[in-house]
Amino acid sequence: MADATLTDVPISTVSKGRPRKALDLRYQPGFGTIAVCCLVLLYAPILVLTIFSFSSGPSITRWSGFGLNWYVAALHNAGFHAAALNTLKITITATIVSTLVATAAALATTRTRRWPGQTASFIVINLPLMVPEIITAVASLSFFALLASVAHVNLGLGNLMLVHTVFCIPFAYMPIRARLEDMDLTLEQAAADLYATPWKAFRRVTLPLLMPGISAGAALAFIVSFDDFTITQLVAGPGQTTLPLFIWDRTRLPLTPEVNAMSTILLGISIVFVTVSFLIARRRRA
Amino acid sequence: MNLRLLGLAGAAALVMTATSAMAAGGELHIYNWGNYTNPKLIEKFQKETGIKVTLDNYDSNETMLAKVRAGGTGYDIVVPSDYTVKIMIEEGMLAETHPNQMPNFKNVKPQFIDIYWDKGRNYTVPWQFGTTAFGVNTAKYKGDIDTYAILFDPPDSLKGRINMLDDEMSVIHAAERYLGVPRCGSDPANLKKVNDLLQKAKPYWRTISYDTEPKMTSGDVDVTQDWNGDSRRIRLQVPTVKYAYPKEGIEGWMDNVAVLKDAPNMENAKAFQNFVMDPENAALISEFASYGNGITGSDKFMPADFANSPEIKAPPGSPTPEFVPPCSKEVLEIYNKIWTNLRK
Amino acid sequence: MSVATLPAESTPASERVARAQAVARKRWLRTRWGLSAPALIIITLFGILPLMIMVIYSFLEAGEYGGVVWNFSTDAYVSFLFQRDIFDGTLSFSPDYLVIYLRSIILAFATTVICLVLGFPTAYFMATRPPARRQLWVFLITIPFWSNLLVRTLAVMLIIRDEGIVNDVLLWLGVIDKPIVMLFTNFAVMLGLLYSFLPFMVLPLYASLEKMDFRLVEAGFDLYATRGKVLRRIIIPLAKPGIVAGCLLVFIPAIGAYVTPLILGGGKHLMIGALIALQFGSSRNWPLGSAQALILMAGVLIALLFYVRSTTGKAQAFHG
Repeated sequence: MADATLTDVPISTVSKGRPRKALDLRYQPGFGTIAVCCLVLLYAPILVLTIFSFSSGPSITRWSGFGLNWYVAALHNAGFHAAALNTLKITITATIVSTLVATAAALATTRTRRWPGQTASFIVINLPLMVPEIITAVASLSFFALLASVAHVNLGLGNLMLVHTVFCIPFAYMPIRARLEDMDLTLEQAAADLYATPWKAFRRVTLPLLMPGISAGAALAFIVSFDDFTITQLVAGPGQTTLPLFIWDRTRLPLTPEVNAMSTILLGISIVFVTVSFLIARRRRA
Repeated sequence: MNLRLLGLAGAAALVMTATSAMAAGGELHIYNWGNYTNPKLIEKFQKETGIKVTLDNYDSNETMLAKVRAGGTGYDIVVPSDYTVKIMIEEGMLAETHPNQMPNFKNVKPQFIDIYWDKGRNYTVPWQFGTTAFGVNTAKYKGDIDTYAILFDPPDSLKGRINMLDDEMSVIHAAERYLGVPRCGSDPANLKKVNDLLQKAKPYWRTISYDTEPKMTSGDVDVTQDWNGDSRRIRLQVPTVKYAYPKEGIEGWMDNVAVLKDAPNMENAKAFQNFVMDPENAALISEFASYGNGITGSDKFMPADFANSPEIKAPPGSPTPEFVPPCSKEVLEIYNKIWTNLRK
Repeated sequence: MSVATLPAESTPASERVARAQAVARKRWLRTRWGLSAPALIIITLFGILPLMIMVIYSFLEAGEYGGVVWNFSTDAYVSFLFQRDIFDGTLSFSPDYLVIYLRSIILAFATTVICLVLGFPTAYFMATRPPARRQLWVFLITIPFWSNLLVRTLAVMLIIRDEGIVNDVLLWLGVIDKPIVMLFTNFAVMLGLLYSFLPFMVLPLYASLEKMDFRLVEAGFDLYATRGKVLRRIIIPLAKPGIVAGCLLVFIPAIGAYVTPLILGGGKHLMIGALIALQFGSSRNWPLGSAQALILMAGVLIALLFYVRSTTGKAQAFHG
């Protein structure tokens, strides 16, 4: 690690003639501004769509007075409920499974000497990332249809969960791998020296260190699965409509602020969830 | 948890689902275009027959075709467009349900019985039909709009303000009509003329997209190629929009209710086909998506301003809508080349 | 653990050692395979097998009405580069598809670069917040994506269209006197892609940067380095795994992006995603669509292989 070597460097005052102030690398000029700009970029459309969800008229491009009618409509929309439920089931399952699987795979393929099949494994793990969505869609459709007709296996919503898991794995894998690479091994070796078993060392040392990578990977997997349209459209069977499909289907007739209301409801749920988990984490730490 | 209790609960659930399915008269799985089925129609059907209906949606004939071709979809009813019906019949995907022998068949308008895609109506039943032309915001242009020159050789005030449909067939057929050459023709000279015309006209177009409505209502474009019902809905928001009936010819299309060969609920599907041929129900279908239908006598069940609007009831003297069968593979290959050349 | 080189004459002791080492190595290999097995099995079954279907499709003939006909044919690959003239039937080189590929690659590349330029500072900032707040920032970045992509894209359109919010404000302020045309241009597409893919750059970077100890107070002292130099010479190389991961996660999906470029770009210029989808749609040429996809994947595969070779093989001590 970098600081291992740099902390032994003696403070020198020779050339400049006076002692220099400590360099706090936590602060970089302009970085905070850029970070805030990125947030603005991400949230500006969200703000716009939330505001328009309160427009009482039918147009999504022209404001026509304040009204909560679209929220009422959205909350009563049975199709919306069904689609939201399907999406949550599929996405949560896919996120959990793909993150677990990706963590194991990252541990296997990083920070090691070459082992036979490593490159091949890496390619296979990242294959779903490389395939254009429409191809995955058509290929999965053909595959599941074959499975259904030849082996009489139809997993219902499980088909979608499987497909989603598959294309989520690379998205979960890469941040975990990035985290793992160059991660300080001395801590794990210290644990070994203290007679910890490999499993215990993993649980108590590696895993906590890996957590930011795992949560980043899970977040990406969630995003990817939640918004997937092309693949889901072809693989979904009767009664398996998900949110992206549901909203896209409504574009045949003029889009009304009802879709804005639906999106805002989803956002509201996610904010509640985040706040709750944040409070729980804070409680646990205190 | 007590294993026996679990087993009892499971058995009870099984019995409940079985009896509910039996008592309700079965199920029907419909696969239709998005936002194309009147919920009131489904409610009425469920009430009259006791059949439980599920509805899923697709956004294009090709998506539906890909799924049905793969097989085992679990759907009973699909609603393909005219040329897709022909494809599905030829590839053996549809069940021959003989709507022409159903009680409500007498209501079908005569001109929609011996059509090219299902002569004599042995497989399908009309759902809705419409025309494809274009709508113009007459506040921006006051001249004659009943010609394809608006799309391919527009007046200066409309240049760069046009949206074309993201639909290979609609665009190329429109060009063929403007040039006066036959649809799906294989004469290389004609095809070259089409290609050149499209290349020349491309700079005049702003976008190529199915999103016709938001583009017109927000003022991104002033002319859009679209379907009659679409144009009517735009007119309700922007009153100066007028639907054109180009003198060179106008394209017609019809969506039809078909039953899949491997439909799990064949009898219920047939019941639905018959149900849809009733004038009152046809009116429900029409007024939801704002298109005409192929059933006589449905006019009196529709609101008067809808039935008499210029998009639904073509003004006298306008050309008869032309239904175009799918092109042969060789011609399609050249069309694809033209289309890619246009979009690159 | 390196396999010991046996001395010329093997003694019973050294033989035992060698055997023990071989057993340990086998166990090590088994662990590697075991850990990666779930991922490999899932992807092989549900990723590779379906893909094999597409490879086969690309070597078949297109069906009359879509689908495929089981006759071997390389038409799909030939027609990628060559097309028959409609008058005399001669094959000639046609750059149509290459133009589309090039445009998509350039756009994806530009998006990746901008994502990196914006994402690195953001990730750095996030990684240097007090530990309690870092997770909050991760959530902040992720929450917008709990809404729906289509609705978000429509909101973006509302902001940048000719009569949209940005133009209205600028006109009102008098900064401009004619609306800036932003919608349906390459700019709009890049904005949309940037929006969709920013987290895919920020989160891996954050994961990689977060493990650094930023209290390197004496860093660079003796080198008389400035803040910028420390950043360039020390921190960025340390963040390389994150940078590469982020770039891959943005570039590869961005090449094949479909929905966002279609809606924001106006559709006058095809991108690869739309081109391939077209083959499975009204163009009814599944073999060509499969071939186009496979050609795209071949290119991407080469880039990935390059990445693998450059980051593995670093022999490090490991847990025995």
